[in-house]
Amino acid sequence: MAKVRVLVAKPGLDGHDRGAKVVARALRDAGFEVIYTGLRQTPEQIAEAALQEDVDVVAMSILSGAHPHLFPKVVNLIREKGMDDVLIIGGGVIPETDIPALKEAGIAEVFTPGTPTGDIVDFIKANVK
Amino acid sequence: MDIVEELLKGNRLALSRAITAIENEYDEAMDIMKKLYPHTGHAFVLGITGPPGAGKSTLTDKLARAYRAQGKTVGIIAIDPTSPFTGGAILGDRIRMNGLTMDEGVFIRSMGTRGSLGGLSHKTADAVKAMDAFGKDIIFVETVGVGQSEVDIVKAADTTMVVLIPGMGDDIQAIKAGILEIGDVFTINKADHDGADKLVREMNMMLDLDGLMTDWRPPIQKVIASQNEGITETIENIEKHFKYISENGILTKRRTERSKNEMLDVLHSNIGSYITNKLVETGKMDEYVEQIKARETDPYTVVSNVMKDMLK
Amino acid sequence: MSNEKIQAGLEKYNASVEKATAKFPERPNLPEQRLYTPLDIKDTDYADEIGFPGMYPYTRGVQPTMYRGRFWTMRMYAGFSTAAESNKRYRYLIESGATGLSCAFDLPTQIGYDSDDPISEGEVGKVGVAIDSLADMEVLFDQIDLGKVSTSMTINAPASVLLAMYIAVAEKQGVPADQLKGTIQNDILKEYAARGTYIFPPRPSMRLITNIFEYCSKNVPKWNTISISGYHIREAGSTASQEIAFTIADGIAYCEAAIKAGLHIDDFAGRLSFFWNAHNNVLEEVAKFRASRRVWAKVMKERFHAEKPKSMMLRVHTQTAGSMLTAQQPNNNIVRVALQTAAAVMGGTQSLHTNSRDEALALPTEESVMIALRTQQIVAYESGLADVIDPLAGSYYVEALTNKIEKEAWEYIKKIDEIGGAVAAIEKGYIQKEIQDSAYKWQMDVESGAKTIVGVNKFQIEEEPPKGLLKVDASVGVAQCKRLAEMKAKRDNDAVKAALADLKKACQDENENLMPHILNAVRTYATLGEICGVMREVFGEYEAHVNL
Repeated sequence: MAKVRVLVAKPGLDGHDRGAKVVARALRDAGFEVIYTGLRQTPEQIAEAALQEDVDVVAMSILSGAHPHLFPKVVNLIREKGMDDVLIIGGGVIPETDIPALKEAGIAEVFTPGTPTGDIVDFIKANVK
Repeated sequence: MDIVEELLKGNRLALSRAITAIENEYDEAMDIMKKLYPHTGHAFVLGITGPPGAGKSTLTDKLARAYRAQGKTVGIIAIDPTSPFTGGAILGDRIRMNGLTMDEGVFIRSMGTRGSLGGLSHKTADAVKAMDAFGKDIIFVETVGVGQSEVDIVKAADTTMVVLIPGMGDDIQAIKAGILEIGDVFTINKADHDGADKLVREMNMMLDLDGLMTDWRPPIQKVIASQNEGITETIENIEKHFKYISENGILTKRRTERSKNEMLDVLHSNIGSYITNKLVETGKMDEYVEQIKARETDPYTVVSNVMKDMLK
Repeated sequence: MSNEKIQAGLEKYNASVEKATAKFPERPNLPEQRLYTPLDIKDTDYADEIGFPGMYPYTRGVQPTMYRGRFWTMRMYAGFSTAAESNKRYRYLIESGATGLSCAFDLPTQIGYDSDDPISEGEVGKVGVAIDSLADMEVLFDQIDLGKVSTSMTINAPASVLLAMYIAVAEKQGVPADQLKGTIQNDILKEYAARGTYIFPPRPSMRLITNIFEYCSKNVPKWNTISISGYHIREAGSTASQEIAFTIADGIAYCEAAIKAGLHIDDFAGRLSFFWNAHNNVLEEVAKFRASRRVWAKVMKERFHAEKPKSMMLRVHTQTAGSMLTAQQPNNNIVRVALQTAAAVMGGTQSLHTNSRDEALALPTEESVMIALRTQQIVAYESGLADVIDPLAGSYYVEALTNKIEKEAWEYIKKIDEIGGAVAAIEKGYIQKEIQDSAYKWQMDVESGAKTIVGVNKFQIEEEPPKGLLKVDASVGVAQCKRLAEMKAKRDNDAVKAALADLKKACQDENENLMPHILNAVRTYATLGEICGVMREVFGEYEAHVNL
């Protein structure tokens, strides 16, 4: 009886966790097991938590503009640990123009403000390995 | 990746994958457990239970740090309830132990109850074994509440600590009644809140009246986990209890009992699924159900016949 | 007309509505009550509950003439990149007619880390200006006369340090501290509950806050020592009633802490200010502002027995709701902000920041900031909304809504009192949980269509990605670290060491006011990270309570 496990994480220093918490609840209500790490997580902490929890998905939220630096760093650390099949997604205040580079870096999808939580659930269901 | 080989070499991802196999009841889980079993039996297992909001995770965090300071390696299994309606869960214990994430000597794994009561205790016990084989010196098993499922889970522990807090109102009466037997060590967390001394008095009284009392009188320690107060004393209590059960043969007895239960668990679940699968495959399942529904036969007769057929 | 006659009329009306709605049903998801009449406010005593502007209970505003004397302070929150860049933006705003400054600091500054700390990586200069030491603060206010401008600083956990830096810059400009005007946010409780830039646990944090109250009442008397903020609670997803209830509960906690530290209510209460959100529902917001003033006045008079009128006045800065800006069709945000501005003005705010249309996407460009400032100016000069005091008073609906929000606020305050006050309620996660539940409900309402957001769940279009967004270059962090290293090489490091050792000792003595010690350290060019590091060592760090 496998269940989709998702790590919801806030890398960086911003304290705006409304979105992350709403998403965490919506994912739970969609039947996933959600591990929420709370604020101010370093990329190293997120990657290590993803490993210990053996999650299928890592979902990150950043509203401070630090995403070009932090998102790719998390991807690299997770891949370095040998977790090649973890689906990594991101969200927050992210300008459209930044998205291609983030995808290039291994972020599977970027969800910007106004995204219905249902879209995130559907994306995970369709893409989780 | 050969999970067993890598796990025994100290690969954390292998440990993580082994626990996933156990949790998800993958076919290879049985095989993994067979190979890991010879490497188990070294870890000390501490069960931590108590009502929601008692601060168990914070306490676990502080205890783990104290054990780390002694140079011991730590495994933590934190269990949270799965929603019976959606099947989802928020596994929220880890957030109170974030400071341990980057410590290579600590491995934390969150698990949801996933609605399977008997199955959960069996899975937890196996996850403990995986951590034991990995080489953890101390393994914490933290669960919410003190219902029957939790009692089953803490049976996997050598020492069980019950955490309570003051100001829980009437709920405490019911809770207290259920925990006297399972608590080897009691901790009153948030002891700076009103009513802590009263709770200690009540607990003492209940323990004094308890007819089940053995030579071991469970100690009650006041703690303020968030401020690291009372942690040293709590560890002393845990160690005293461990010493007591080791010296009195209770530990051996508990572990023997546990081995027996484990074997029976595996036996029941395997025989159960073997028979169920057979019934489904042959189409007999539906046939029997229809007959029972129509009152042509009854469940007891069916089972007797199935057993006669299959377990010759 | 007597109430009986009105009642009879209402019944007749309701009967007619029943017929009409049988044929033509109303739109779904509307508030239950469709019409308000004198019956809805028949128990409201005008003299006791509504009264007059500048008079208890201040429902109609805290000043006797309100905007007929002068408009609210048009204060644009700004700051990004380096101190030099932000200084340019401040001077541009002052030239454009902004009447107050509002400093945004980057996250490392807000959490007490220097730009060269590993944890600051990627964040330097992003959401505000990076300040590492007095040297940066000198550049930030270069050619800005601190004797004339009033400056609001959005800084909380390390507020004492930034205030000390501001005082030290003024000293260098030759402006004495008692001439300084401005505000520090300094509201740690809402950081725990909603905004997340906390450092220390509640107890030492409350001590720092009361230290500031005490120090400023003697040395910086025109300074607003705290801006008790509902803004971020609302941004985190609360309702209007929760916004004012949780914030006033925080205010009560600060007053209690200050009184416990030996201050008299009338010595500090006049310097307390508030910070509200101007959200989308115009009339609800107006009612919220009015209710909040009434609740606070009653709290101060009845609970704390304040005597000075100033102590009972809820003076408020307002910002339009950032979370209501949409990334979709960003120009629509101009209209949202205009309506929110109207609400804040009809609600009687003392100062206002208007958000820019592009802030759901990035930091605002200069052009967008100009539109946002112009929005305030149009409302002030053209709309007529500022010509008459509290123009919506007497509206059956607005008065009834004011009463309703007040009632809900009292219920929450009572509940929080029962838990043991705001600090305990936050430590138990009660306030956070209430906010999260409201946020989740809002999101589900938007997703089900019960709530419509134009461009998001209705009237969507295919859009080209917006162009010309402001980007803070990653090189800012590198440059700032270099500046910091150069500064450290130049300063008298022995003096820094001595000042930090002195601060540490002061931290360990609970009866010592930390402000003079912090000021002393700041003057030696000790960095923010060094000063907060000493306090972290003594005070420890807060561990968040999350209960999803």
